[in-house]
Amino acid sequence: MKNDLHVILNLFATSSRLQKKRAYLTIASIAWGTVAILLLLAFGEGLKLQLDKNRRSTGENLAVMWPSETTKAWKGMPPGRAIRLRIEDVDFIRERMPELKAVHGELTSGRNALTYGRKTVNGRILGVNYIFGEDRKHYAQPGGRFLSVEDEVQRRRVIFLGNDMAKDIFGDEQPVGKTLLVNNAPYTVIGVMQKKTQMGVYGGPDGNHAVIPITTFKAQYGRDRLSVMVIETQNPEEMKGALRKVNELLGGKYRYDPSDDRALATWDMVKSSKTTGNITIGIQLFLGIVGALTLLIGGVGVANIMYAVVKERTREIGVKMALGAKQRWIIAPFVLEALVYTFIGGALGIIIATLLVSLTSFVPIENNRVMSFLGRPTLSPQIGVATSLILGMIGLAAGYFPARRAASVDPASTLRYE
Amino acid sequence: MTTKNELIIRMDEIRKVYDTGKVKVEALKGINLEIEKGEMVAIVGPSGSGKSTLMNLVGCLDTPTSGIYEIGGQAVSGVTRDELAEIRNRRVGFVFQAFNLLPHITALENVELPMLFGGVKPHERRERASELLERVGLGDRLDHKPTELSGGQMQRVAIARALAMEPDIVLADEPTGNLDSSAGGDIMSIFTNLWQQGRTLVIITHDPALARRASRVVEIHDGRITSDQATNAAA
Repeated sequence: MKNDLHVILNLFATSSRLQKKRAYLTIASIAWGTVAILLLLAFGEGLKLQLDKNRRSTGENLAVMWPSETTKAWKGMPPGRAIRLRIEDVDFIRERMPELKAVHGELTSGRNALTYGRKTVNGRILGVNYIFGEDRKHYAQPGGRFLSVEDEVQRRRVIFLGNDMAKDIFGDEQPVGKTLLVNNAPYTVIGVMQKKTQMGVYGGPDGNHAVIPITTFKAQYGRDRLSVMVIETQNPEEMKGALRKVNELLGGKYRYDPSDDRALATWDMVKSSKTTGNITIGIQLFLGIVGALTLLIGGVGVANIMYAVVKERTREIGVKMALGAKQRWIIAPFVLEALVYTFIGGALGIIIATLLVSLTSFVPIENNRVMSFLGRPTLSPQIGVATSLILGMIGLAAGYFPARRAASVDPASTLRYE
Repeated sequence: MTTKNELIIRMDEIRKVYDTGKVKVEALKGINLEIEKGEMVAIVGPSGSGKSTLMNLVGCLDTPTSGIYEIGGQAVSGVTRDELAEIRNRRVGFVFQAFNLLPHITALENVELPMLFGGVKPHERRERASELLERVGLGDRLDHKPTELSGGQMQRVAIARALAMEPDIVLADEPTGNLDSSAGGDIMSIFTNLWQQGRTLVIITHDPALARRASRVVEIHDGRITSDQATNAAA
């Protein structure tokens, strides 16, 4: 083995080199393929990260439950009964299921006149528990705040505005502290939501609604049937069990079959995020394959050159064989040569792709509708490892097959004549 | 000079058939040939006579279709390509008409090459290679590449290379074919010297001048040996 290595390295060091132009072209084709695969994968990674961020901007580990109708008969009662939750059920679930991270209820009123000065805008009002702010990631812009527990207990007339709605009503004016009329009842604006790109939406985008304490909502609108109840678990794995337990508790209270998962229409975001996850994996895989194919073409280029080289060096190979070179001593230096070209091309490609990706960080992402969904191309260590593996395999193959032809050279027929 | 010596080459009823699929060509039709240590044998014959095929077999570049071939007492049949390469490395030193030096490495490195394959240690290779080049009169050309050498000089490098592994035989294929007469004469003298030092040489040639210097001339026609005579030089 040691002798083999010695011989192979020695032969590699003394074997003739490609013409410069050919070597450059070969290296360039590999570099190009590497840039292609890296950019595509970086694009996919950026997309994944951005989709993830956008998905999480609605909230994490959430399940939304709407009032609906039973679909199974239960204890002498027919299917088709309406199940409508009340504000008090939020406390009921909170008490019985302390393992949940949060529970909140929402009441919705679709068309409300929101008046500031001479301007009136029609908008959606949500009455919510204060915990909604954390749960649903309604973070206030600097200078404002979300609803507090006191607002809820004391039924204050305070209102938190979605950023788009705030812009509609106030334009460039600072809304916080101003008085806003909601159906002619005065409210104090306490905060405006930070802008966010949202993937999952129910009712409407968060930027387009306004939020008031659930108690205040009940007082003003005289309703206490929830539009939705939202639970949040500590971990995504707990969601399935939590939903089952909620149905057991509410099934006992409202007398429906706990296994009737249609009594309350449920949107399990954990489950749907898995689907999005799979889609992004699919997209990444697709981009990776396209990139790998581009790189493969580079590899074919290397193999092609190596085949030509084998042909050119047939006599050289024949001489070495006549002098007693074993097959592996013929093969290995060729493979090594192909690997060297692949390695240099790959290294160049990685440098170029890294530069290009870092250039995209100068493209502003804020207020750019395309970029805010596509995200920024991002290179990750995994991408590096995957690309290196593909490069290595292509280099090996591009060297091995031509080298095998070299090893099959018949020394007798190559040596005799010029 | 020619006391009864050990056999280096023993060929018994050697046949070689080239099968191109449709046509079978019988290049050698039963060759019986024995070469003793210390002989200088010239193999002559017109083109198409089977000379090259015989040379390929003697040099272990190819294996016979049937018959027994032993070189230095070792049978050459049923061996793998790598084993055949090893036999060539240790037992045969080639000198070709077209020199067949590797063009991009120096004379010294060319002579070292068989020793690299033979597993000789680096410093020993270097020493031996320069010594051999010295002996063929190229002591001042060690670091020249073949393109910087004349034809005669290239052939002398090739001879040094052929001797590198102390082979059982030196096998030369038209060694003077590409040389002018003065360079050819030099090469012939080197061969004669080698023979006088006790080396075994097999030379395939058209050149009557070279054949005359051999101790024995084997003529081959149409795949058979037609004449096998000792010459005056053998005396």
